[in-house]
Amino acid sequence: MIALLHEILIQPFAEFAFMRRALLGALLLALSACPVGVFLMLRGMSLAGDAMAHAILPGAAAGFLLYGLEILPMTVGGLIAGALVALGAGAVSRLTIQKEDASMAAFYLMSLALGVCLISLRGSSVDLSNVLFGAVLALNDEALRLIAGVCAVTLTALAIFWRALAADSLDPLFLRSVSKIGAPAHFLFLGLAVLNMVGGFQALGTLLSVGLMMLPAAAARFWASRLFPMAVLAVGIGMVSSWAGLLLSYHLELPSGPAIVLSAGAIYLVSLIAAPRGLIATHLRARGHRSA
Amino acid sequence: MTQNAQTPLSFDDLTLGYKSHPAVHHLSGALRAGSLTAVVGANGSGKSTLLKGIVGLLKPISGRTRIAPGLKIAYLPQQSGIDVSFPAQLRDLVGLGLWPKRGLLGRRRPEDEAAVSGALRAVGLAGFERRSLDTLSGGQLQRALFARVILQEADLILLDEPFNAVDARTIADLMSLILRWKDEGRTVLAVVHDLDLVRERFPEALLLARRLVAWGPARETLKPENLLKARRFHEAWDDAAPWCAPEPEEASPGAHVHGHGHSHDHAHDHRGAA
Repeated sequence: MIALLHEILIQPFAEFAFMRRALLGALLLALSACPVGVFLMLRGMSLAGDAMAHAILPGAAAGFLLYGLEILPMTVGGLIAGALVALGAGAVSRLTIQKEDASMAAFYLMSLALGVCLISLRGSSVDLSNVLFGAVLALNDEALRLIAGVCAVTLTALAIFWRALAADSLDPLFLRSVSKIGAPAHFLFLGLAVLNMVGGFQALGTLLSVGLMMLPAAAARFWASRLFPMAVLAVGIGMVSSWAGLLLSYHLELPSGPAIVLSAGAIYLVSLIAAPRGLIATHLRARGHRSA
Repeated sequence: MTQNAQTPLSFDDLTLGYKSHPAVHHLSGALRAGSLTAVVGANGSGKSTLLKGIVGLLKPISGRTRIAPGLKIAYLPQQSGIDVSFPAQLRDLVGLGLWPKRGLLGRRRPEDEAAVSGALRAVGLAGFERRSLDTLSGGQLQRALFARVILQEADLILLDEPFNAVDARTIADLMSLILRWKDEGRTVLAVVHDLDLVRERFPEALLLARRLVAWGPARETLKPENLLKARRFHEAWDDAAPWCAPEPEEASPGAHVHGHGHSHDHAHDHRGAA
């Protein structure tokens, strides 16, 4: 029995280096992207992550057009495009009455259309699917170093600005009355979101990296009642999803990126139903109630 | 610092507004340190706008607000903008009041937790530390926001309609807290609608109808003729209204000389400043 479990759960990683690299990359990504996802969700920007993922496309495409399927130019291009869109949308929402979701939609749609045009210049749809869906099983040293770097920067920045980001999400007006740090923290945070999206796109692709960012956060929401535990739990869920997804992909010969995201989706659905703040607990009438 | 102690806040021909329409029009005067002043006036008379202008959420169209250097301000807005579905407990929300002390990176100390509990006790919410925000009633949330103001230990406290949707007993509790702030030497400026409450509990009042109508001892300020004068203003904007120009103005009556005089050689070009 134990031997069987070992064979199913551990063996693939023990045996194949590419599986170990994939696992390491995905775990680092979960450690970095999941807390960012928690803040995105709490700031009502869950879909902004999706928008930003699209926004990265023209930059990555430009890098791809000029240098082929190389990680560095595509990453730099993606960062630039993502930063432009995030800053543009953030500035519009801070300076005008338009809310961030609308300005983000406007910017990312322009960006996405541009990206698709750019990629079609080059031709084959195989290339496009590589950009969109990534290849976690083919992570080279360069890609792993990139993800590790993104992780380090993200965790450091979150540690420093945690209190400001929390206050700006909970009561932005209060933060504005005691400090001017709200706006810079917000832009820095948008930068982190872009950075993680770019870090993830080599492994999971631009579209699926949003999945690893948002689904664990959304699932953790049903369990935790305070911010920090929620972030830690999201990281845990992201890591379990990465491990389970890679195994699924190995045993059932599924594409690895979608398998990871589907695993996170399964945990989300279970949380939605069974967690303390999920459907059953909130809608099933309590059998009794206290006298006070 | 003596300057600081005497006039924490003064207005210098201050005009605040939206899209070049004034909501607070040519306000001049000063707050005394340790004073407790009610800001009264009809809807749209500029009360909330004045508070926003003091905090800096709104830039003046012309004139200026002078704040004593180093003055610590606490501001309780009319609509708090708090997301009650945020995963936080009451101690997290009230703990935000430690920001002026601890800032972004300052480590929370053990005594901070005691301070949060003490503030909650002071507003009658002892034992509510671990309650999540979405389980609180409107009145409890308002008390919690007062607790946060306590922690801020501010010199100047601005309260925008703090008694909105709050029952009579809670008003009495919060009112005694405000009076205690005054006794501690803090300056308090509160927007209040209940004129009887103002007459009974507030030493001073500032009556606005976009322009300053009267500013002085509460009973004096809320005399019938002043209230009548305050009622005679149009809430609606007039897009055809002429640009504001210097005009001779009768001196405002009242014992207090709050210096509501225009400097008449001053150019009143709101458009240019906006």
